[in-house]
Amino acid sequence: MKRIYFDYAATTPVDSRVVKVMVPFLSESFGNTMSLHSFGQEAKLVLENSRQVLADLINAKPNEIIFTGSATESNNMALKGIAMNMPKGRKAYHIIISSIEHACVVETAKFLSRGFEVTKIPVDKYGVVNPKDIERAIKTETILVSVIHASNEIGTVQSIVEIGRICRERKVYFHTDASQTLGKIPIDVKEMNIDLLTGSSHKMYGPKGAGLLYIREGIKLVPLLHGGGQENGLRSSTVNVPAIVGFAKAAEICKKEMIADARRLRKLRDKLIKNTLKIKGSYLNGHPKNRLPNNANFRFDHIEGEALIMRLDMEGIECSTGSACSSFKLEPSHVLLATGLKTEQAHGSLRVSLGRFTTEKDINKLIKILPKVVEDIRRISPYGKKD
Amino acid sequence: MVKKINTCSSLYTPKVLATFRNPHNYGRLKNASGIGKIGNPVCGDVMWLYIKVAQNKKKEDFIKDIKFETFGCVAAISTSSIITDLVKGKTIKKASKITKDNVVKALGGLPKIKYHCSILAVDALDKAIKDYNAKKTKN
Repeated sequence: MKRIYFDYAATTPVDSRVVKVMVPFLSESFGNTMSLHSFGQEAKLVLENSRQVLADLINAKPNEIIFTGSATESNNMALKGIAMNMPKGRKAYHIIISSIEHACVVETAKFLSRGFEVTKIPVDKYGVVNPKDIERAIKTETILVSVIHASNEIGTVQSIVEIGRICRERKVYFHTDASQTLGKIPIDVKEMNIDLLTGSSHKMYGPKGAGLLYIREGIKLVPLLHGGGQENGLRSSTVNVPAIVGFAKAAEICKKEMIADARRLRKLRDKLIKNTLKIKGSYLNGHPKNRLPNNANFRFDHIEGEALIMRLDMEGIECSTGSACSSFKLEPSHVLLATGLKTEQAHGSLRVSLGRFTTEKDINKLIKILPKVVEDIRRISPYGKKD
Repeated sequence: MVKKINTCSSLYTPKVLATFRNPHNYGRLKNASGIGKIGNPVCGDVMWLYIKVAQNKKKEDFIKDIKFETFGCVAAISTSSIITDLVKGKTIKKASKITKDNVVKALGGLPKIKYHCSILAVDALDKAIKDYNAKKTKN
């Protein structure tokens, strides 16, 4: 059975063009960027070239890009790094995040709440953060605002330009987690008033094990990892050159192809949404228009998400859900709950995320199978039937 | 044709997945002798168990028919199905002795985090039997 992958928001396959450029750096050009000999200097050179490519993707300067091991690390570094850099002994500083951040921001903020005040900004039913709410929440103690560029779950894209403008005016640092948007939709850190930005390689057809943090020139933060002083002293660790080379190649491809890719995916996604909503008791989660080109998120009455995912998997279709039953905490998605869904509604969610290798044929197959699978599960359910 | 099941086997046993794919005895039982409704949609698992009780030749009460309706995950649906298999045709006395361990064993195991589903199935059966007993005493 051919398996159709609809979980690009979780991770993407490495593009074969990326694999090709990575391979020599695993064996032939294996040097440590800190070594003074030719092997090391070759690695150092390729690292700096990669930094330039990533900087170009977001209109930053190369010295503003720090490579990390993951987006989780970058988000940790942004929040903890800024927080820990504040002078000690003063009253509690204040950090603002949205209520639909990825777990790595939520948990980092929770960790910091031991010594910092944290405010979570609510979202509307589409998952949109109102920039005015951010403006109202900023006070003199506020040091950082962190809002996810686009939701990994419901795909809603935030008004980053506006939030950035407010933060710049109020002299508060603005961080955005762009794990889902980097390489998918255009990002210009200057135009968007972004001070810190997180990016991830494996969400844009690069390898796992590479992330980045853009830190606007002049912003100081405390490193998470201390040691040999790589990455300008901000991220000690032997540099993962093969992954970073791959990340850069992936960025180069995205820069060239993202507009065309997005246009194609948007069309496929809209076809999926239009057809799925024909199923009785089905709804779209997230914003109808301002959403990632590759994201569709539905919910179905009287359906539990894990059962839906597993039934689809049996048909060779791989999707994702925000249902509690699928999580290790047995709690439903905080993102869906933040949009005002009831727990039982959040259980019935289905995330379909498309990508570079999704074809119209794939979409057609899902459109054909989904109503049948939903019907099958509903037949077992005690709800939604006439007595 | 039996489709090959090669999914998520690290999470669920083949027996769980096969049961989930082709659950037995689902649906509503008209004129049920006892009904056990358990769980709530907020926690994500709801199980309704219907039993039809008759008397065998030895004049013992036995479960002549059983059906379930479940809203829930793979584990909830497969535990519902398996408990109907385990008790169908059994005397009430024997059926009452089914434990969650019997359910888990019959499925070849469940992830620890899903054990509560097996408890749910046993509780639903227990409730259905109690419902039957209550109705019997009333009549």
